[in-house]
Amino acid sequence: MTVHNRPGVLNRITGLFTKRHYNIESITVGHTETEGISRMTFVVNVEDERTAEQITKQLNKQIDVLKVHDITDQAIVARELALIKVAVNPAARQEIYTLIEPFRAAIVDVGKESLVIQVTGEPEKVEALIDLLKSYGIKEVARTGTTAFTRGSQKAAASYKTAFII
Amino acid sequence: MANMKVEEKRKQKMRISGAFMLIEALKAEKVEVIFGYPGGAVLPIYDKLYDSGIFHVLTRHEQGAIHAAEGYARISGKPGVVIATSGPGATNIVTGLTDAMMDSLPLVVFTGQVASGVIGSDAFQEADVVGITMPITKHSYQVRHVQELPKIIKEAFHIATTGRPGPVLIDIPKDMTTQEGEFDYEQPVRLPGYQPTVYPNHLQIRKLVEAVSQAKRPVILAGAGVLHANASQELQQYAEQQKIPVIHTLLGLGGFPADHPLFLGMAGMHGTYTANMALYECDLLINIGARFDDRVTGNLNCFAPKATVAHIDIDPAEIGKNVPTKIPIVSDAKEALKELILQEGRPADTDEWLAQLAEWKKGFPLVYKNEPGTMKPQKLIEMIYELTDGEAIVTTDVGQHQMWTAQYYKFKQPNRWVTSGGLGTMGFGLPAAIGAQLADRQATVVSIVGDGGFQMTLQELSVIQELKLPIKVVIVNNQSLGMVRQWQQLFYEKRYSHSLIPNQPDFVKLAEAYNIKGLRAKTEAEAVRVLQQAFSLHEPVLLDIHVAADENVYPMVAPGKGLHEMVGVKLCEESLQ
Repeated sequence: MTVHNRPGVLNRITGLFTKRHYNIESITVGHTETEGISRMTFVVNVEDERTAEQITKQLNKQIDVLKVHDITDQAIVARELALIKVAVNPAARQEIYTLIEPFRAAIVDVGKESLVIQVTGEPEKVEALIDLLKSYGIKEVARTGTTAFTRGSQKAAASYKTAFII
Repeated sequence: MANMKVEEKRKQKMRISGAFMLIEALKAEKVEVIFGYPGGAVLPIYDKLYDSGIFHVLTRHEQGAIHAAEGYARISGKPGVVIATSGPGATNIVTGLTDAMMDSLPLVVFTGQVASGVIGSDAFQEADVVGITMPITKHSYQVRHVQELPKIIKEAFHIATTGRPGPVLIDIPKDMTTQEGEFDYEQPVRLPGYQPTVYPNHLQIRKLVEAVSQAKRPVILAGAGVLHANASQELQQYAEQQKIPVIHTLLGLGGFPADHPLFLGMAGMHGTYTANMALYECDLLINIGARFDDRVTGNLNCFAPKATVAHIDIDPAEIGKNVPTKIPIVSDAKEALKELILQEGRPADTDEWLAQLAEWKKGFPLVYKNEPGTMKPQKLIEMIYELTDGEAIVTTDVGQHQMWTAQYYKFKQPNRWVTSGGLGTMGFGLPAAIGAQLADRQATVVSIVGDGGFQMTLQELSVIQELKLPIKVVIVNNQSLGMVRQWQQLFYEKRYSHSLIPNQPDFVKLAEAYNIKGLRAKTEAEAVRVLQQAFSLHEPVLLDIHVAADENVYPMVAPGKGLHEMVGVKLCEESLQ
């Protein structure tokens, strides 16, 4: 969804979700290539297509909203970044290095008793890594929420159906 | 001539204060009247207003101002303009904004705000008005640079009056009214995120024409969208051409003449038997400018179960919101109807259907039991209807009196009916009547209110007296919050918790205190006399009419029930309660 980057625009959108009783899983917001226009990506769990259609229509009614796309059923590139702080003793460090390698995650901070791991990818991948790290003792997790684009070619449509993304 | 143009140009480029810009913009928008209330944050605006020549109505409460603006907008079709000060001034208009949002009335509302420098410091009379009003306005602005003010005002008028109309709020920090900038009101409105669809999709129109030609039991449900689009004539022409009967929503009343043979009455919780049964039995339901409100549909699971649903609405979000729709047509009602009239399609064969409906109409009309010695509220409305030849502008609050008015005042023309539908606001009727009368000075205006609602905004009697508006205020006095009492009787074992208010002021003396003629009636005979007297006078009159206090509104679709499960259709059923 693209919007005019005006004061209060995020408030308008989230207010609309509250008013209509839609639950937001995640939001990401940032500038686009055009000055004054921002892109927002929402992950929303809904019961049926009709609700998704209502959300899209209600968002479209906002004067500052320029374009809304429901990309749930399209081939998309979806990415999320997470920072995970794990409690570790020096002995376990090497083990963690090995563990995170297949996830192409990186250690971005090392302390005496903890490590901070940065991972980027689809939400399921982030979820999987967090799961694996749980046994070491996770101190904190910070996730950005999902941002997404539709793929250049729609033929290879993958079935990403866990949630509606707008 | 050339000189004038140069002069005009010079004026445009002139640096003027924000307050002055506001006045100039209102003049450019040809605003005839402002409803408002001054205060600290809007002092610079009121100073410029002082000798601007613009007519300003000082209501006695900001809520009165915004309801008056709603009444004005409903009757004139033009946007109602309101000015309120910051903080409490602004929060006092919240009810009116919500009301206008629900009933799609165009308003442009200016609120004062504390100076930019102290916003966020909890300054005196500061409130986050844009934050508070976001969900109850079509759009809102806070002015950050005085230079933007003309553009914002122009956009606000455009947004309020186009597409599905609604209230737009402009919050103006005090320093924005004193700072100076260039005034340029000629720039075109550019809103890429706001492009309402006005003309219907041809393919969808064809689908509807096809559906009509196959229908055996079609019905039109017409809402206020018909009135906003000024499409009453087209609606009548289309209904007559296709021989399709018409049902109105509460807010749509008057869009189709109530005395027309194809009219079935109002639908919904207190709709007519025929209208509700037609909605239940129809095989094609054509909704024109109504939003399938829950008070219209009753239980959605048994709403129009046999029908293909077509829905014409200028707001795409209303289509499919509550009722699954087979033929969606996003369009202005007038444009869609014009297109439908032009289409060559076989009209539906509705003879059998119309005969059935005529039978229902005859067999199940609206009824009440007239008892000698008491004033039945239904009879009171019928008397007002007759005295005004059914041509008055009628305003109401919400509740029993509103439903009786909707049932028994048979509106023949559009834009004579001003009521709070979606929000159901008590205290709406009296101030709305002020705005309605100012929009149409020649019209007879009757404000029919309950004794409860009247006491919420009665201070506006002062305005009626001051402006010598010949409004007839009729209090349907049952010494209770009638609809609440009715629900408690029917669904809460007659436990009348805080709904009976026999302790009330002497309304006649109250009127006299405001220098308004006050008349009282306690029987039908007295009512006939005081009504005749009131309507023969060209001055404001307040009538306190005591009606049978235990009268209920029937028929009724109980909450959670389907439209076909109405009770109180026949007189004898009342004993079932």
